[in-house]
Amino acid sequence: MDISPIVFYGSIFVLAIFVGYYVVWSVTPALHTPLMSVTNAISAVIIVGAIIAIGTESSGSLSMVSKIVSFFALIFASINIFGGFLVTQRMLAMYKKKGKKDD
Amino acid sequence: MTNDLTTILYLLSGVLFILAIRGLSSPDTARTGNYLGISGMAIAFIVTIVNLDQNNLINWLLIISGISIGGLIGTYLSKRVAMTDMPQMVAALNSMGGMSAVLVAWAAFLSPGSFGLLINGFINTSSIIQMLLGILVGAITFSGSVIAFLKLQGLMTGSPIILPFRHIINILIFITILGLSTSMVLDTTGSHTFLFLLVTILSLLLGLLLIIPIGGADMPVVISMLNSYSGFAAAIIGFTLGNMALVITGALVGSSGAILSYIMCAAMNRSFFSVIMGGFGDEATSTQSNENRPVKIGSSDDAAFILKNASSVIIIPGYGMAVARAQNALKEMSDKLKAMGIKVSYAIHPVAGRMPGHMNVLLAEADVPYEEIFELSEINSSFPQADVAFVIGANDVTNPAAKNDTQSPIYGMPILEVENAKTVLFVKRSLGIGYAGIDNELFYRDNTMMLLADAKKMVEDISISL
Repeated sequence: MDISPIVFYGSIFVLAIFVGYYVVWSVTPALHTPLMSVTNAISAVIIVGAIIAIGTESSGSLSMVSKIVSFFALIFASINIFGGFLVTQRMLAMYKKKGKKDD
Repeated sequence: MTNDLTTILYLLSGVLFILAIRGLSSPDTARTGNYLGISGMAIAFIVTIVNLDQNNLINWLLIISGISIGGLIGTYLSKRVAMTDMPQMVAALNSMGGMSAVLVAWAAFLSPGSFGLLINGFINTSSIIQMLLGILVGAITFSGSVIAFLKLQGLMTGSPIILPFRHIINILIFITILGLSTSMVLDTTGSHTFLFLLVTILSLLLGLLLIIPIGGADMPVVISMLNSYSGFAAAIIGFTLGNMALVITGALVGSSGAILSYIMCAAMNRSFFSVIMGGFGDEATSTQSNENRPVKIGSSDDAAFILKNASSVIIIPGYGMAVARAQNALKEMSDKLKAMGIKVSYAIHPVAGRMPGHMNVLLAEADVPYEEIFELSEINSSFPQADVAFVIGANDVTNPAAKNDTQSPIYGMPILEVENAKTVLFVKRSLGIGYAGIDNELFYRDNTMMLLADAKKMVEDISISL
């Protein structure tokens, strides 16, 4: 049976929205700020698109422009990934239990 | 690597991202969750790299230098940022994600052949629709986040900027974008680079116009909403590139942001649309003047005396505490109180601060154990037993008008019922009104004492007097 890619990815998209819905409701309100910074970081998985775009063989002037554009996409996505995960880690390191010394 | 294996590994990184979010259900598991998220990202990255043409030196140079530059900037930002400035940081990072989505869509548009998007030499229709959608959402995310950043950083006025006919202008821009897009979709035989550029520019403009009328107090909703958009932008690009990791992650992030926006709106008893369509300040100008009513104003010594004689104290921090950076002084004061055998807890309203959970992070930074921190629904029943409610830098979230005054713009908003405590101490810079522009009835009550000073200075003085 052949299904078109849009239906295939569409089904995954819809299911992932439901997974997201239930998972996010389980997040404690105290951690909503780290939730935002970490989802921010993982949405920068768009870096995958940037790398694919850089890696495609270039022929013609437009694909050179395409390469340069994706190079900038790569920079922006990396800022987002590193900044997002590291700042989340920094925040989470501060949430401590009573009486427990720093770890 | 085969396509099947690639897709399975992308799926694995999607699962790791789900677990990363799941970890945030408790502070104990959150750190592990973050490492799982990082691993997910590493897998997605490595899989993509392995699938590249290994012999192209220029590509390698571009990728390594791009990641080094971005990584250095990102690392630097994450080490430097103060916890108080976290909302700006998230807005700034979000703008990066939005821009990245726009640029990837452009790369695919300029070189569709290399992405396998061509049918008979022209981009196929569904891909062009996805690219246009990706551009629209990504560009709104980018320019909206930039405006949010400028407002939060204080580089632009935080109060709403209301343009005349703004709704009509926005609708016209949107219709134009729609029209241009339709003409691109219908005529698949041209290259349409100029139209594509026009759509990009108009989308950027739309993002800007949508966010400038929104005031500072509504920022929690805006930040969450933009976060959600950046996810959907990634998901749309995922459709174009046929990439599992992007589709799953985009959907996750999209729904996460949407839920947070919903929670924030519910905490203000306002509809999502009324927040997005413009400022709090709009309707909130009419309130009776209370300037001449008597107010009890106390000193730090008076406050220390009251606190010393209490047996249970609830502290209500708000954005004013963040602005004054008073969290460490506050923790010191509560340590002194605890040493005297006084029970201290913290009550946090969902929209306290400029982003969801902002106060929790600041208190965590000051080493306040999270067992002492309670949400609105958990603590509201404890106020009648509390001797002192210590409100520091919060205002509207304690205003009883939200319960009693049907005319009030904040009527119906759930509040922290500090009025039920025996004594209410209000640390505030002046008797001014809050962000909603409404007078607070509590200031004039008999059991309220106003402590008018900078929050940090006042708390430090109280600590000394204790």
